[in-house]
Amino acid sequence: MSSIKEPDLEPKPKGRVSRRGFIRGVSLGGGAVGSGVLEKVAEAQPVANVAGPGPVAITLRINGKPHKLSVEPRVTLLDALRDRLNITGAKKVCDRGSCGACTVILGGKAVYACAILAIEAQDQDIQTVESLTAEGKPPHPLVQAFVQNDAQQCGFCTPGFVMAGKALLAENPNPSLEQVEQGLSGNICRCGTYMGLRKAVLQASKEMKGAGNA
Amino acid sequence: MPNTPDYSWPAPEKRRVIGKRLSRLDGAMKASGRAKYSYDIQRPGMLYAVLLGCPHAHARLTSIDTSAAEKSPGVAAIELMAKPGEEFQYAGSEIAAVAAETEDQARDAARKIKAEYEVLPHFVNEQDLKNAGNHAKASGEQTTGDPDQALKEADVVSEGFYGLPVLTHCTLETHGQVVEWKGDQIDYWPSTQNVSGIGPELAKALEVQPANVHTHMDVVGGAFGSKFSPDRWGEACARLSKQAGGKPVKLFLDRATEFAIAGNRPSFYAKIKTAAKKDGLMTVWDAETWGTGGYGGVNLPSGQFPYVFRKVPNVRFRHTSVAVNAAMQRAWRAPNNPQLSYLTCTAMEDLAAKLNMDAVEFFTKNASLTTQPQVYRAQLAKAAELARWKELWHPRGSETGPVKRGLGIGVNTWFGLGHTSNCRTTIHPDGSVEVELGSQDLGTGTRTVIAIVAAESLGLPVSGVEVKIGDNKYPMSEASGGSTTVGGVSASTRKSTMNALEKLYAAAAPALGVQPDQLEAADGKIQVKGDPTKSLSWKAACQKLGTNSIVEMGLNNQRGPGGLISGGVGGVQIADVSVDTETGIVKMNRLIAVQDCGLVINPKTAESQVFGACIMSICGALMEERIMDSQTGRFLNSDMEFYKVAGIGDVGEIVVHMNTEPEYDKRGVIGLGEPPAIGGLAAIANAVTNAIGVRISVLPLTPAKVLAALEGRKA
Repeated sequence: MSSIKEPDLEPKPKGRVSRRGFIRGVSLGGGAVGSGVLEKVAEAQPVANVAGPGPVAITLRINGKPHKLSVEPRVTLLDALRDRLNITGAKKVCDRGSCGACTVILGGKAVYACAILAIEAQDQDIQTVESLTAEGKPPHPLVQAFVQNDAQQCGFCTPGFVMAGKALLAENPNPSLEQVEQGLSGNICRCGTYMGLRKAVLQASKEMKGAGNA
Repeated sequence: MPNTPDYSWPAPEKRRVIGKRLSRLDGAMKASGRAKYSYDIQRPGMLYAVLLGCPHAHARLTSIDTSAAEKSPGVAAIELMAKPGEEFQYAGSEIAAVAAETEDQARDAARKIKAEYEVLPHFVNEQDLKNAGNHAKASGEQTTGDPDQALKEADVVSEGFYGLPVLTHCTLETHGQVVEWKGDQIDYWPSTQNVSGIGPELAKALEVQPANVHTHMDVVGGAFGSKFSPDRWGEACARLSKQAGGKPVKLFLDRATEFAIAGNRPSFYAKIKTAAKKDGLMTVWDAETWGTGGYGGVNLPSGQFPYVFRKVPNVRFRHTSVAVNAAMQRAWRAPNNPQLSYLTCTAMEDLAAKLNMDAVEFFTKNASLTTQPQVYRAQLAKAAELARWKELWHPRGSETGPVKRGLGIGVNTWFGLGHTSNCRTTIHPDGSVEVELGSQDLGTGTRTVIAIVAAESLGLPVSGVEVKIGDNKYPMSEASGGSTTVGGVSASTRKSTMNALEKLYAAAAPALGVQPDQLEAADGKIQVKGDPTKSLSWKAACQKLGTNSIVEMGLNNQRGPGGLISGGVGGVQIADVSVDTETGIVKMNRLIAVQDCGLVINPKTAESQVFGACIMSICGALMEERIMDSQTGRFLNSDMEFYKVAGIGDVGEIVVHMNTEPEYDKRGVIGLGEPPAIGGLAAIANAVTNAIGVRISVLPLTPAKVLAALEGRKA
């Protein structure tokens, strides 16, 4: 069982994660209209015995396969997946742990990959949406249920919903409608595909029963 | 010579593919995460770029120094997008773009650019018109009939204040692109709703030949009217690539920047006086309106107010355009229509309440003031039936108990028709079929619609047709805007496939011993009309082509009705809500949508459009608003935590009824992306008013505003 249960935004006391790097990691995207306040705080707090700020070698175990890469400690799991490894099913949408489009399963739990540093995701199984389909094999029942129930329009939020649905069904193979809504409440769709989403996850839960592929 | 084919749609009973509930063709690709959006494009040696924006709502750039940024690790190129002396009207205005080996390095470098500003006074909140001073500009006044006299003669007069704030598009894939400018060739992967048109626009900005820009885009993560043009960041991205010696550059806006500068929907506020005779027929519409669409203000669209109920005999309005220090509006799903529907239908329901009239009865009575009275009357009746209006509706504020239920109405209309679209159909001797259009699928199901139309024409299953869109090498199809895509592409595809089929008949006819005009395509065969025993399989017929493929075009002309398509739809929404008067929380029970959209090609994806449009209305009615800070001029909630949109538990049940009766079907294909996104705001606001007995003037109907209204104070 993973020690990381939820995207964790509490500053960590001491450890491998540089507070400075961490704060820069979460505040950088402010970009064109960023306030600059967090950066000032970060400058004022040097921390000893930390990884980085230069690149460090890490290994990420993604969909059962180890990937060696070198990243700065501030790089999020999402950026590592997308920019370094070209695994782009998880989407960058809010980049602040609000919308769920980057949902992956880390150590068995659904997490926001934009709110976890890549270096924190070592030594755990990382499952991305790409794991649900393989050449020559029928897609996972969830993927099929999403298609059949038209639980997507533009599709940009969809991989996140699929992974949130997968984590939900792993924990609760027989959810009620209310539990489905609760399980998917950490994800946002702008096109408004919630009607199909409800049906898709309920259908997949029925089809996956006894199939041993939760 | 082959005959001119009969392009008309097959009669409903003869349709094999059109009208079936088909799953979207790109569904598995999207749901499995394998679809490559432009944001997902990776190119060898690709650089990442970010924008530096002006931090002030109104300022003049006095100096800019990039020397420290140039030395920052990983930096490959810096493109200045502003000059000293230039004045900026909104926070986030583009100052520079920086490309580096990683996005983090690009941000580090952007932060090292020293830009100094002279800060100028700003104005960002327009709701209270008296604060606007010289930011307000009278812009349009019109009187028809004699409103003053009619007000005197009226039996009932109602007055109210209504408003809706600025919203943003909040497309989940932010705006941006990958550009690779090598030599004189530019490869361009934008996130756009304008695959054929955006490349030439970029070429113009860069002063290169349009033919040198190759645009690619398989899928797009939301657009809603905000992604027609390359934008200044597209041009900057290209110039960065050139500066970096042709290395590909990816520049996608971060979320806060997308909120601030990549488009928004104008606000509108109105003081409206309405009047009616005792029978309920409206006689007066007297309105003072204002609003903003950014630093250029906003006009009241002419000829659209009052909305739908256009024939009120005595109308007066005065509009004031207010300029604020914020980025300009862009087309937002049914531009201006949701706002005008909201202002109109809320004032109307207030008038109905004052008349002590049932709202359905009142809207039905006033349907005679619309251009399609029979359509709206029938839709009101159907929506009322689905909403169980007779059973559940009660006069305003008469519910007892802490949780109060209410019902309300909103209406829509939309023009539609079809944009200019060219389609090329190729039938190969091996039986394979390619259908190519320089179009795009915004998630509306366009790709699937094209395949359905082609399959219907050619008598093939959908799997027998390969649809190719999303590339400007394919024949030009216009941008997706105004719900004109389905009309445009279905007509051009129909014509192109029927033209190609005619050529195939000519090739197959000798073998079947009949004239080409004796043939038809059905069930994967080319057969003699009325005698299916005399037939060739599709493949065998195609083999008769020898070594030459058939290549045939089809064109839908600019917006004109052509028999295959039409425009001018109506729709009615009824909302059913429960308001908890102790917490102020509005719960959606149901939203009923009755919609006319002509011939429905794929009911499954059409329904999804209506579901999505209704959910967007729920967002706008209950949660969404751009909040600007008067002191700093900043967009306070430019993130997805505090810019609220609905989650899966917020939307209740949505009931869709499409008018597919023969009189609607025979009109041909009409777009659906926009009309159902219009009436929901008014329906929900009216339902809340009906429940609690008090009008909350300005959306969104947040718990704080509900509680304040119940206590009789301003929120």
